[in-house]
Amino acid sequence: MYSQGLIGADGKTEETAEFLAAFQARIDREEKIEPNDPMPEGYRKTLVRQIGQHAHSEIVGMLPEGNWITRAPSLRRKAALLAKVQDEGGHGLYLYSAAETLGVTREQMTEELISGKAKYSSIFNYPTPTWADMGTIGWLVDGAAIMNQIPLCRCSYGPYARAMIRVCKEESFHQRQGYELLISLCNGTPEQKEMAHDSINRWWWPSLMMFGPHDADSSHSEQSMKWKIKRFSNDELRQKFIDATIPQAEYLGLTVPDPDLKWNPEKNNGKGGYDHGEINWDEFWQVVKGHGQMNRDRIKARKKAWNDGEWVRDAALAHAEKRANRQQAHAAE
Amino acid sequence: MSASLFNALLELGDDHLIIGHRMSEWCGHAPLLEEDLAMPNMALDMIGASRSLYTYSGELEGKGRDEDQLAYLRLDREYKNCLLAERPNEDFAHTMLKQLYFAAFMEPYWQAALNSSDATIRGIAGKAVKEVAYHIRHAGEWVIRLGDGTEESMSRMAEAVVEMHPYVEELFTMSEDAKACAAAGQLPDRETLRNAFEQTISNIFDQALLEVPAVPFPQLGGRTGHHGEEMGHLLSQLQYVQRAYPGMSW
Amino acid sequence: MSNETPLWEVFIRPRNGLSHKHCGSLHAADEVMALQAARDTYTRRGEGLSVWVVPSKAIFASDPDQAAENFEPGVDKVYRHPTFYDIPDEVGHM
Repeated sequence: MYSQGLIGADGKTEETAEFLAAFQARIDREEKIEPNDPMPEGYRKTLVRQIGQHAHSEIVGMLPEGNWITRAPSLRRKAALLAKVQDEGGHGLYLYSAAETLGVTREQMTEELISGKAKYSSIFNYPTPTWADMGTIGWLVDGAAIMNQIPLCRCSYGPYARAMIRVCKEESFHQRQGYELLISLCNGTPEQKEMAHDSINRWWWPSLMMFGPHDADSSHSEQSMKWKIKRFSNDELRQKFIDATIPQAEYLGLTVPDPDLKWNPEKNNGKGGYDHGEINWDEFWQVVKGHGQMNRDRIKARKKAWNDGEWVRDAALAHAEKRANRQQAHAAE
Repeated sequence: MSASLFNALLELGDDHLIIGHRMSEWCGHAPLLEEDLAMPNMALDMIGASRSLYTYSGELEGKGRDEDQLAYLRLDREYKNCLLAERPNEDFAHTMLKQLYFAAFMEPYWQAALNSSDATIRGIAGKAVKEVAYHIRHAGEWVIRLGDGTEESMSRMAEAVVEMHPYVEELFTMSEDAKACAAAGQLPDRETLRNAFEQTISNIFDQALLEVPAVPFPQLGGRTGHHGEEMGHLLSQLQYVQRAYPGMSW
Repeated sequence: MSNETPLWEVFIRPRNGLSHKHCGSLHAADEVMALQAARDTYTRRGEGLSVWVVPSKAIFASDPDQAAENFEPGVDKVYRHPTFYDIPDEVGHM
């Protein structure tokens, strides 16, 4: 990338107290950091990890929904679902591009994903056994993602912020597509309503887990917030999500599987909000550590696609070399 | 209502739905991320065309069947797609070759259909002709790169040609319904498209270091519902929700 | 490590009259596939009617450490701006 030559070209940017303070001052002034700019190694590393994880999440996220493309029950739903999953691939691509401005290649990141070294959002380790899940994922999972992604449009690193703006523009169709699908189920037959109800019962808690551990248990958060790579805390976003989503569930005539859910007029500085039950943190950590129902299958699928595709990528490179040689030989004539 | 036009449009609708469906199976599993964007684009073009074709044929039939009832609720022997469309994806070489064959045929087909005596068909053709022009370029460039790439890609591409070329002739074969529509100026005479098709294919095959094989016994039967075994499995997936939850709205 | 497919930068012109704007990057083995990938990746919603792709390694960037000496000397040469010059009102618009 156009930054490859310059990062570390002077050997190593010396991280003196002055350098770090000057960098933090830029962040505090809401200046954007661009690829060639001198930056603390920790900033660069954190971004590579976060953007990489975000990109991997989009790619792995194609799988649970891709699972239903061939079985979508109407042509309109089929086209919408295919376009949505395609968008997710696109989001992964924009994010890999953003990460590549920091001196890492897409191939390196891919190999980290399929080796199990890199993480991705745990929500995609849950299965999609029913059609209703296509609605629920759009509504809850994309809804939670949007909540996280909108603040990222203002993150301090230019390429990441710009990629997020692009992603957010495309993402709102995703949530509407899912919610509209659920409307048609909830306005349908008792079997369809039951399918929707069963789906939300399985996806509600994992969607809340998407926002990560409680603030107190979140190790990277503080520095990330200082560097404006993260703009709101886990608990803040999770609360915002719940408060926005419950009325949407009520419209559908669905209840979420939380007996402790209760409106609290004192919350949010008197504006009111929902108190909710405690998340099953055992399940959260179990899935994060690789023991969710679909963890192995997701990596297997990505590994297979990458490995099976190697001959295709190699052929394209071989042909490009032949072409270049022919053009050179022709020019020499 | 013209039964011939209804049936001939179903042939086209099924071609597009089935080939689009097969292409969509790749989503999330493509050899590189850029192809996970390119292949769904082609699949969406195909599915989109099928929707226009089914909708129009349903209107012509006049029995209240919409695009979904036609697409999802017919029985195995009632599908009229060409056999090429239903061939399994196998590998990337097969998939790109299949799309090239289909697009290289459909481009001159839609060009000719711009002069159809039927206004709706002219409209469908106007949009579709641009889509398949791009498919020829995209699939064609891949056939070239795989044919003139590495030893492995060359051998896979050559194998794909041997396997798939027997299904090409069916594109030019016309059912009685298709013949009647050609006579009425509604749809093109498929035989007249042979030259354009062969020119496109030979141009790409030359660059791809591929030979057009002789096919002593072409595979036919799709138009009369004589499909291979894979078709049943494809329909099991396609129709599952509609069959398991009959009569509901999605 | 598997063979690496080259990186390309993508520029899109949304409509005639506007310049091409950088919108991201992608991987492709050659310029033909790069143009097609750019079309499939960055123009799905009618974002443009002309695409440029440039191999990323062909782009040379100014060094941010030299930003001050590159760009600040230009800022205070106010005599380059029309407002520096006083034209009496009776001359009319100039």
